[in-house]
Amino acid sequence: MKLFPIRGGIHPDYRKETTCEKAIVAMPMPSALHIPLQQHIGAPAEALVKAGDTVKKGQLIARSQGAISAPQHAPTSGTVVAVTDETAPHPSGLPQATIVIEPDGKDEWAELPAPIADPFAADAQTIANRVAESGIVGMGGAAFPSAVKLNLGSRHKLDTLLLNGAECEPYLSCDDRVMREHADEVIDGARIMAHALGTPNIVIGIEQNKPQAIEAMTKAAATFSNVTVVGVPVQYPMGSERHLVQAITGRETPARKLTADIGVVVHNVATARAVQQAVRFGRPLLGRVVTVGGGAMREPMNVDTLVGTRVSDLINFCGGFASQPARMVNGGPMMGQPLPSLEVPVVKGMSGILALTAAETNEHPVQACIRCGTCVTICPCGLVPVEMAAFIRKDHLDVAAKLGVMDCVSCGSCSWICPSHIPLVHYFNYAKGMLNAQDREKRKNDRVKTASEAHTLRLEKAAEAKRAADAARKAALNKSTPATSEEASA
Amino acid sequence: MSIVTSKSGPFTHAASSVQKTMTLVLLALAPATLFNLYLFGWPAILLFIVTVGACVAVEAGALSLGGRPVKSTLLDGSAVLTGWLLVMSLPPWAPWWVGVLAAVFAVGLAKHAFGGIGQNVFNPAMVGRTVLLISFPVVMTAWVAPHPLFSADAPSLMDAFSITFGGNMPDAMSAASALGHVKTELSRGIPVSESMAQVPNLFDMAVGYRAGSMGETSALLILAGGLFLMARKVISWHIPFTLMATVFLMGTLFNAVNPERFASGLFHLMSGATFLGAFFIATDYVTSPVSKLGQIVFAVGCGIMVWIIRTFAGYPEGMAFAVLFMNALTPIIDQYTRPRLFGRTRKGEPLPLKGDN
Repeated sequence: MKLFPIRGGIHPDYRKETTCEKAIVAMPMPSALHIPLQQHIGAPAEALVKAGDTVKKGQLIARSQGAISAPQHAPTSGTVVAVTDETAPHPSGLPQATIVIEPDGKDEWAELPAPIADPFAADAQTIANRVAESGIVGMGGAAFPSAVKLNLGSRHKLDTLLLNGAECEPYLSCDDRVMREHADEVIDGARIMAHALGTPNIVIGIEQNKPQAIEAMTKAAATFSNVTVVGVPVQYPMGSERHLVQAITGRETPARKLTADIGVVVHNVATARAVQQAVRFGRPLLGRVVTVGGGAMREPMNVDTLVGTRVSDLINFCGGFASQPARMVNGGPMMGQPLPSLEVPVVKGMSGILALTAAETNEHPVQACIRCGTCVTICPCGLVPVEMAAFIRKDHLDVAAKLGVMDCVSCGSCSWICPSHIPLVHYFNYAKGMLNAQDREKRKNDRVKTASEAHTLRLEKAAEAKRAADAARKAALNKSTPATSEEASA
Repeated sequence: MSIVTSKSGPFTHAASSVQKTMTLVLLALAPATLFNLYLFGWPAILLFIVTVGACVAVEAGALSLGGRPVKSTLLDGSAVLTGWLLVMSLPPWAPWWVGVLAAVFAVGLAKHAFGGIGQNVFNPAMVGRTVLLISFPVVMTAWVAPHPLFSADAPSLMDAFSITFGGNMPDAMSAASALGHVKTELSRGIPVSESMAQVPNLFDMAVGYRAGSMGETSALLILAGGLFLMARKVISWHIPFTLMATVFLMGTLFNAVNPERFASGLFHLMSGATFLGAFFIATDYVTSPVSKLGQIVFAVGCGIMVWIIRTFAGYPEGMAFAVLFMNALTPIIDQYTRPRLFGRTRKGEPLPLKGDN
């Protein structure tokens, strides 16, 4: 298959070898599960259980609220100990509503929705509904509710479902292992999603540094003529949705548009597997494969983990720390977030837990920019990081916005390559946050202004009406006494 | 366990550093420098030590005056590099004060008065050289023919002290550089085609066996250093290749029109500081544009200016002036040569969707 070049990019040390050759290991049941009500982009779910309730595995414990939201299910059978606020796996470390379940050890299933006998005969809505009620979110890290993305077929003319198996982040190998060990399920899930979307073609993009995954997937896809497995160049950030679409289809997604606008919907490989489980077996999303890695981990591996497992339990399962980690990361080292605490739960979008040594993070004091221009050369979005950072430092956010800071995907390539160790992405994230806040504020002010103008207008109209009524009344009075009126006008 | 959440990712970093970059540039300069120090002997070695030392001293002074960390900044190697490039652009037997004064203007005025590393608009070494050239034209154009170390007529270390620190430049030893010769002859009414007969042949010019500043001679070793920098990805082909191609094209074109008046492209390419300028001066990160397109524009400008100055202006060599002139234009070039944003047109509008109008 002909591929298309993408701009820039970097080649970091991938360091996947410590985990990618080991089979996925299932973690034994932890002593408690902490299920946050918001593990996805959108509105948090609403708890349906309270302390003391008994729940079964797969039972709905929190329902979705609003158009963009996802429900939560009990990952095992047991008792609800509390519905309380606990630290969420977010860099802020702020507490979030969380359902705490104490497993009873029986792992007893609740009654699950019936499997959809022939998904390829079912209509798109049926499949999207099943995906929605199964709490499936994008498992590549963004955690966007998948059902919303499965409905895109109704509003856009789509031709391709692109399954993202690039896994371009260093260290992470959970998608690699899923593709190697569950290729048939992934392909089946992809075909179900393509059916729901109405896309004739399925392309699975996998970086060429995963030859076994490419082989396994190619084999699993062999019988389906509309499924193509493509090895894409090893070039970070190949796994960025827009860049992968460009590499495979040659189409460039216009700014502020979705890939769906150019006919392509992208889903992660692990998401496809979750969809397959939900449609074929009625099983909601209860867990995921997490890469536990980094030089400070004693036994790095891919762990099949229940949602709600404490990160500390997961780390203990992997033998604990071999040395004191310099950084704890939720996700990959390029785009992952700092982990605020080890006492946070595993969530649906958590692809990796990394305990990195100081040698791995290679942090150095920031030096002055020498304008080497490498950040400009490697930026996959065509931005000029050196210039934007200079303006953001002076808080000229409007200029930074003009230069395109909102188009930055925060891939981290510029920060990674900067010889002066300038935290460029940190500046851009700051600017994006501030600009978003300003935008919200402005829209709020606009709403207030519109409302107050409408109010003034309403008052004026009322006054006008009153004047008109008065005039009419006067006119009526005058009519009854015309003589007076003539005198008055004379 | 204490957990740090002080910054956003990435949490890994390339093995790149400012110091590493500077060290690679110095390494790339080393062969040509060593050869030239050999060629011009002890006076050149003394001037090298004095100039580099003066640059480091001025940098240290400026840093402590500005209340900045002295030791860690000195270790980035930028002051050494400035001094090194500066001395490469001076006459090898120039007296010590030329090196010191040039260092003050290069590091003190061009670099630190503008805010130190990364902030300077003009290439410090070229500012140093240019100020000296304008203020002391005689001393700055007193070229000598090569006197290789240990050869019969090479000055001894004692002679060298007298040349560098005593100001006793032996008159008989001065020689004109090739560019200077052609220019002088032209001003006397002797056409280029004739005066060219007396300049060293192109082979001698390439290996460096001729009069000139250290950086002007030995184009081949400079080229080797430049290719090394390209292989190590410190610089890219854009500036050196474009600059040399422009100089060559301008020379060839006008030489074809009037060989009596204009020197050939090859002569322009091999003489003067074309190679040093193309690989080591114009490629200076701080003072050249950041985008590849900008670098091409910049290099074309440098090339044209070099040719114009060499051909029409009062000075035989124009590299320093050309680079400084284009340095001044760098901010504006940067503004007009930003890459196209992903998903947007050159004007910054989102790309149109198919079917949109």
